[in-house]
Amino acid sequence: MANTQSLCTSFMSELMLGQHQLGTSTITSRTSLTSPTTDTVKAALYLASATLNASTTVYSATGEVSGTGYTAGGVTVTNGNTPASTNSSITAGVAYWTPSASIAYTTVTLSTSFDTVFLYNSTQSNKAISVHTFTAQTVVAGTFTILMPSNTTAAALIRFSTT
Amino acid sequence: MLITTTKGDMEESLLEKREGTIDNDNELTTWVEYRDAGELVHRSAHVTLKKSFSPFVEVAPLG
Repeated sequence: MANTQSLCTSFMSELMLGQHQLGTSTITSRTSLTSPTTDTVKAALYLASATLNASTTVYSATGEVSGTGYTAGGVTVTNGNTPASTNSSITAGVAYWTPSASIAYTTVTLSTSFDTVFLYNSTQSNKAISVHTFTAQTVVAGTFTILMPSNTTAAALIRFSTT
Repeated sequence: MLITTTKGDMEESLLEKREGTIDNDNELTTWVEYRDAGELVHRSAHVTLKKSFSPFVEVAPLG
């Protein structure tokens, strides 16, 4: 048996848990270092004319939808899933996380076409997490729901993988 | 069944209902519209995200 060079899969999920800090970084202090709280993730909707992409670093109201029943900043994401990781071989694995419930905007009227939901960490200065696009929609006195994929190594919403 | 509309709750049977589906590699979206005498009074949509992010992470060999 020999040692095999690889990135430890658990490290990737621990990054999502904030358990490693390999340099100086300003973050919002946890309530307790021994019993830390989970950050709040929020989901905001953006107009089809907005320009969110991989370079987006923080939440901004620019380009965000507005309308009856919608509050700027979006809604809080239900986060009952702890980031997890699974090894697929001695050199590879996947770390993954998915919100544990659908994201719902109930009884809203959003008349201008929107096509993006932006996930961000509202606890840590609204830092960006991910941008997800879909076919442009409008909502009239109705509900807009974003259903999540299953929280698995193959389908989770956010995955870090090595091969 | 009562439907929430721009004119208040209305009986579904009094409204014209339209439904649609968008199914592609990225999403499965369903939507429903209700119209009262041609006027759009309710529209809801439900998006199931299919594509997840899976960035590869590499560790470089020493030397």
